[in-house]
Amino acid sequence: MSSSKPETNIERASASKDMDARVRRASIKGSSRSIGESVIEKCLAASGAASILVTLGIIYTLSAETIAFFAEVSFAEFLLDTEWTPLFSTKHFGIWPLVSGTLITSVAAIAFALPFGLLSAIYLCEYATPKARLFLKPALEVLAGVPTIVYGFFALIVVTPWLQAFVPDLAGFNALAPGLVIGIMITPMIASLSEDALYAVPNTLREASYGLGADKVTTILRVVVPAARSGITASVLLAISRAVGETMIVAIAAGQRPTMTIDPRESVQTMTAFIVQVSMGDTPAGTLEYRTIFAVGSALFLLTFCINLLSQRIARSKYEGVA
Amino acid sequence: MNAWASEQRSRTGERAFRSLCLFAVLVPLALLGALLFDVALDGLGRIDLDFLRNYPSRKAERAGLLPSLVGTVYLISLTALLAVPLGAGAAVYLEEYGGRTRLSKLVEVNIANLAGVPSVIYGLLGLGIFVRTCGMGRSLLAGACTLALLILPIIIIASREALRNVPKDLRDACYGLGATKWQTTRQVVLPLALPGILTGSILAVSRAIGETAPLIVVGASTYITFLPDGPMSPFSALPIQIFNWVSRPNEAFLENASAGIIVLLVTMLSINAAALVLRARLQARIG
Repeated sequence: MSSSKPETNIERASASKDMDARVRRASIKGSSRSIGESVIEKCLAASGAASILVTLGIIYTLSAETIAFFAEVSFAEFLLDTEWTPLFSTKHFGIWPLVSGTLITSVAAIAFALPFGLLSAIYLCEYATPKARLFLKPALEVLAGVPTIVYGFFALIVVTPWLQAFVPDLAGFNALAPGLVIGIMITPMIASLSEDALYAVPNTLREASYGLGADKVTTILRVVVPAARSGITASVLLAISRAVGETMIVAIAAGQRPTMTIDPRESVQTMTAFIVQVSMGDTPAGTLEYRTIFAVGSALFLLTFCINLLSQRIARSKYEGVA
Repeated sequence: MNAWASEQRSRTGERAFRSLCLFAVLVPLALLGALLFDVALDGLGRIDLDFLRNYPSRKAERAGLLPSLVGTVYLISLTALLAVPLGAGAAVYLEEYGGRTRLSKLVEVNIANLAGVPSVIYGLLGLGIFVRTCGMGRSLLAGACTLALLILPIIIIASREALRNVPKDLRDACYGLGATKWQTTRQVVLPLALPGILTGSILAVSRAIGETAPLIVVGASTYITFLPDGPMSPFSALPIQIFNWVSRPNEAFLENASAGIIVLLVTMLSINAAALVLRARLQARIG
């Protein structure tokens, strides 16, 4: 059915264009039927626009409460203070301990996910037999589908005691274990998106490299991976954004003490975990505590939004050739 | 001789690199296996009829997850009811009607960005809009609305994929018979795209079952001793109950948490399996 000659395809395309125009003209002339048609189109357009309302809703909610927050807490304190104790009697509102907590778990996550994800992508794209791929790809995707609450349990109950056998002075709640577990969770994301990027590298590049006498490893590492680097970078950025926004794993296993530290063995609190901590208690609307979670949420939203934007920008700059 | 040696060396390097890559695939899978094994080991012994039938309790061995199990079923049904029509409608608009209008381009960029927003932010959205502004309170409905918005981008993306797979010829043939756009969409395109739309939607909904953070922010209860009796009722959900048990230092509650995780994973798995069966059925009917 679809194996027609190209010129008939072109004919068909122009014919269907005419058709569209005719249908439109007919519906302008038509009576009740065309009213029904346009009502339906409006309804569908409205559901399309609903997703824009979601974005506006997020921006409105976050900014309204954040503005109220900054009416009580100065912007300078938020950015310059190095203590975060909004729930204590002497309150400090320096965001940095939460940022450093987020940073340190995310760094641990990427330190795991980048090598494992990229090498997995190389295996799936360049080495695996079609049969093995058919099994391995969905299996890796299961990793991304496991609920984060399950990963949190894993980080606290299994990974932390296990790491304590190797890492001296590792606290019961620490940044390292949840970081590594987030790494497991985002590995399939890097693997799958990077594999797409590797797959998109034209075979002529590989053949040219073989023709010059390079072996397979050299071809992969010097030709294919560099050619796919924009796609790979984009996937890593997306994974970082996921790690930064990850909530339950850190809420369960990282502890609840906002500490300004770069030591992954210590207990830390991330931005997301703080939002959960306050939400667990009963904080009435309109209080400063209630507003802090929206202020922290705004910071989190801005951070992930910028990373996502950067990722999209880089992914769009598609194919740069081999440097 | 020298060439032979370097050939040998490169072959060893080749094999080493290949093994390294395979190792990188297998380690995360092995960790997943370890995770499931550990949960099964801790939790399987705890699951019995009483565990599914009992209400939460201060005594670990008497605690059950009935309210959170029922809460999850209600919550997910409501979520699907809200999100699937909205998502499928948006997809139909973008694929069949939108073309290259400014609205459809804006929606497209917007969906890509929404898919990257952390789920806890959706919780703040739900808290601000549904719980406070709309006055729904910390209710089942507020939770369902929040989760519906969370999975909306996933449903739209999956539904668009399904619509795109319907051959253009069929639409043209239908127009040729004098059908209007909506008649074509409803009677030709949608039936063919339905298996894909439903599968994508069910997978998105099963994803929502495991979501914890947005529900905590919206205000799901961790300790509840009655079943929800309507959309405005307070509620708990499986992941919330598990979180509550994990956060307790008592060893016995960890066993409960493992058992709860098994119930959660089995629920998700059976829904995913249902999606696969449904797709096979629908495709067989059409084919």
